[in-house]
Amino acid sequence: MKDRKAYWNKNLKYLFILLVVWFTVSFGCGILFVETLNTIKLGGFPLGFWFAQQGSIYTFVFLIFIYVYLMNKLDKEFDVDEK
Amino acid sequence: MTVQQWTFVIVGLTFCLYIGVAIWARAGSTKEFYVAGGGVSPLANGMATAADWMSAASYLSMAGLISFMGYGGSQYLMGWTGGYVLLALLLAPYLRKFGKFTVPDFIGERYYSKQARLVALICAIFVSFTYVVGQMKGVGVAFARFLEIPFSTGIFVGIGIVFFYAVLGGMKGITYTQVAQYCVLIFAYTVPAIFISIQMVGNPIPQIGMGSTLSDGTYLLDKLNLLSKDLGFEEYTKSGIEDRVNVFFITAALMFGTAGLPHVIVRFFTVPKVRDARKSAGYALFFIAILYTTAPAVAAFARTNLIQTVSNKPYAEMPEWFKKWEAAELINFSDKNGDGKIQYLAANQQNELVIDRDIMVLANPEIAKLPAWVIALVVAGGLAAALSTAAGLLLVIATSISHDLFKNYLKPNISEKGELLSARIAIAVAVVAAGLAGLNPPGFVAQVVALAFGLAAASFFPAIILGIFDKRMNKEGAISGMIIGIVFTALYIWYFKPQLGGPGQPSDYWFGIKPEGIGIIGMLLNLVVSFAVSRLTSPPPLEVQNLVEEIRIPRGAREATH
Repeated sequence: MKDRKAYWNKNLKYLFILLVVWFTVSFGCGILFVETLNTIKLGGFPLGFWFAQQGSIYTFVFLIFIYVYLMNKLDKEFDVDEK
Repeated sequence: MTVQQWTFVIVGLTFCLYIGVAIWARAGSTKEFYVAGGGVSPLANGMATAADWMSAASYLSMAGLISFMGYGGSQYLMGWTGGYVLLALLLAPYLRKFGKFTVPDFIGERYYSKQARLVALICAIFVSFTYVVGQMKGVGVAFARFLEIPFSTGIFVGIGIVFFYAVLGGMKGITYTQVAQYCVLIFAYTVPAIFISIQMVGNPIPQIGMGSTLSDGTYLLDKLNLLSKDLGFEEYTKSGIEDRVNVFFITAALMFGTAGLPHVIVRFFTVPKVRDARKSAGYALFFIAILYTTAPAVAAFARTNLIQTVSNKPYAEMPEWFKKWEAAELINFSDKNGDGKIQYLAANQQNELVIDRDIMVLANPEIAKLPAWVIALVVAGGLAAALSTAAGLLLVIATSISHDLFKNYLKPNISEKGELLSARIAIAVAVVAAGLAGLNPPGFVAQVVALAFGLAAASFFPAIILGIFDKRMNKEGAISGMIIGIVFTALYIWYFKPQLGGPGQPSDYWFGIKPEGIGIIGMLLNLVVSFAVSRLTSPPPLEVQNLVEEIRIPRGAREATH
């Protein structure tokens, strides 16, 4: 029972960190700070605009696969994975 | 061959493919009918989810919208992808572990209440039906415009195809057809984009091409900003402050709405394991991202191309596509100053050209002078997008009726065979009803799609999240939260949508939030009310608390059952 609690808390920690990144790239870089970032150029892209129309989407895909990796490892560590 | 002949050939071939797949993947049991037997590989499920998700609107309308909105269009790009992160992290693995067929199943059991199940059931049917009517209309439009078949015949052909594979194969048939449809639509979307990118900036990857230089050495986006400014439009990449407020709220509403839409959630019941549900969400977003990162490139290319082709050019020298869309009344030119040239300007008094935004994706290959078969391919892709989404939605409606309403409410001791038959009848009726509604769509259909996302965000998303992450959440809390969320969101949208007969004016928007973005406030209200009410009433029964403990760990996931 104690193990389960530790497993769940660790899961919540992962979720928190990943969702902070999720919020930062989309709502942060893509919306709230877009004009500031637009002063920086990434090739032909203003950086804020790039985050809003490209970068945030790449990050989303990346985040899910990191989550898959972390959780598979965590499931094994706490011996709650599927046989 | 002409464009029309090519279109007949390519659309015909893809339809044969779908029918072939459907015959191969027939459903023999309710489990196959509802969740494709629970044995779909994460990769195949990812493709099917992507096809299910990307509708006629994503495929045909989105790039056009972005090309006219510039930065403002980002709300669709982020809003319709970011929800998958929420889905993968917060919903999919736990719902898979729970192991039932439908979203109302979860709500009903987690909140040990038939009323809660009924509220969920009505929401699921409402949300899915509004959506599917739009898809059917899309099918009719594509047929009418490209094969010059009457609109109604187009819809009947569409109904026929969906009817065939949905009734025969249920979720199993739909899933494998969607895999095929994904391949068709993504190929059809990226091929013209690659051609255009090579033509304009000499880079075969549109995502990079968008940030590259044109033949005259200036960056494409800089050039587009300059052209837009010269004509009096906002700079393409610029974002105003009001822009940002609404982009923020609409993006959030679309994200949370995505994660609450029943036809998306149910896809994660079809994979064998919890682990697969997580991975499958990743694949799904990857497949969706291919189209969603290509779309803004298509938008920027199309906008630049369009301005350079028409602005200040003599009307008499316009290419063939211009005349064609003019005949379809989707391009409208009136020579206000009588100089025979086209003035395309932001200012209404001097502007002489009105262009329907929906034609951008379809007209783009013609504007870029691509070969006829590419244009035909785009049409086949549009049909694939519309049909695959329609089928997924229809299945949710049929499952809600046969499983949630019939089996769990009206006739609990129905036999497996009887339930399968009722599911088939329900989907048949749903297909025909959606087709008829698509033939004669109420004028407000497009408006209600905002409502669908808003309601999903304000009802399902909080109810499911709290059901998993808050063990103390009880039925009193969840039901009052859902009702407050739905009522608030629906009233706000009605009040501020003149198309729905609401009296509100844009100047009265609360904090300047458009109706499309209000679902997020509804969601917050739902969370607050649920939380407060649940803490003032008694905790849920012990077995429900144990159920919550149980769905939090992957081990012991059974196959989806009744």
